[in-house]
Amino acid sequence: MAEKPRLRVPSEAKTGDIIQIKTLISHVMETGFRKDDAGKPIPREIINSFVCTFNGHEVFRADLEPAISANPYFEFTVKMAESGTFAFAWVDDNGTVTTAEQGITVS
Amino acid sequence: MSSLTRRSALMLGAGMTLTLVAADDGMATPAEADAEIAKFTGGKATESGKISIDLPEIAENGNTVPLAIKVDSPMTAGDYVSEIRVIGDANPNPGIVRFHLTPMSGRAEAATRIRLGGTGTVTVMAKTSTGKLYADRKVVKVTVGGCGG
Repeated sequence: MAEKPRLRVPSEAKTGDIIQIKTLISHVMETGFRKDDAGKPIPREIINSFVCTFNGHEVFRADLEPAISANPYFEFTVKMAESGTFAFAWVDDNGTVTTAEQGITVS
Repeated sequence: MSSLTRRSALMLGAGMTLTLVAADDGMATPAEADAEIAKFTGGKATESGKISIDLPEIAENGNTVPLAIKVDSPMTAGDYVSEIRVIGDANPNPGIVRFHLTPMSGRAEAATRIRLGGTGTVTVMAKTSTGKLYADRKVVKVTVGGCGG
């Protein structure tokens, strides 16, 4: 997971607005069901968890299985009540965590 | 040769049905998909019509099928969708994804892209904080499956 994840988060909103967040991370999401040319199974290696928090509170979480397409993409909504920071974390089968953050001003 | 293949060959020789070979072709059995659904519902009855499932009728590429889910819910602190579970019966493992939402979500919506191994039924279920259970399903025709190598 070397590349930076891509985020689409509005930079501002009004109190009470429901905003839409889009996230994309590069990852092959190897299912574990494929075999290489020699017929040997290619081991599973996927991102298995994605979490979004706002000012430290969990807003949205996804438990991914191998049936999520490569380069996992998620869209979800958040109702805004205050300014602050969104924090995103992706965890893979090896326990490697990739994080990203984005602030938003709410007036 | 994998032991599964040998076992399947022996079973075929003994006159067993083809469904036992299904494990070799990479698809879950209907029973496995039902078991995964029952894990979420606890066997309880579900209400249909509350979940809108946006999936193509025909997916040209089973490797990346766009899925958008909307659940009818006020999403207030006292009544919100806490979990959404997606199951596919044409994949090696029926489980596809589980979403956890909170009252801060504002709307009970989620979208992603999924892999489908072949033509089959995608079941989307939801649980609310008040104990309600919703389920709806959609059939997707897949022209090129997305689980093989």
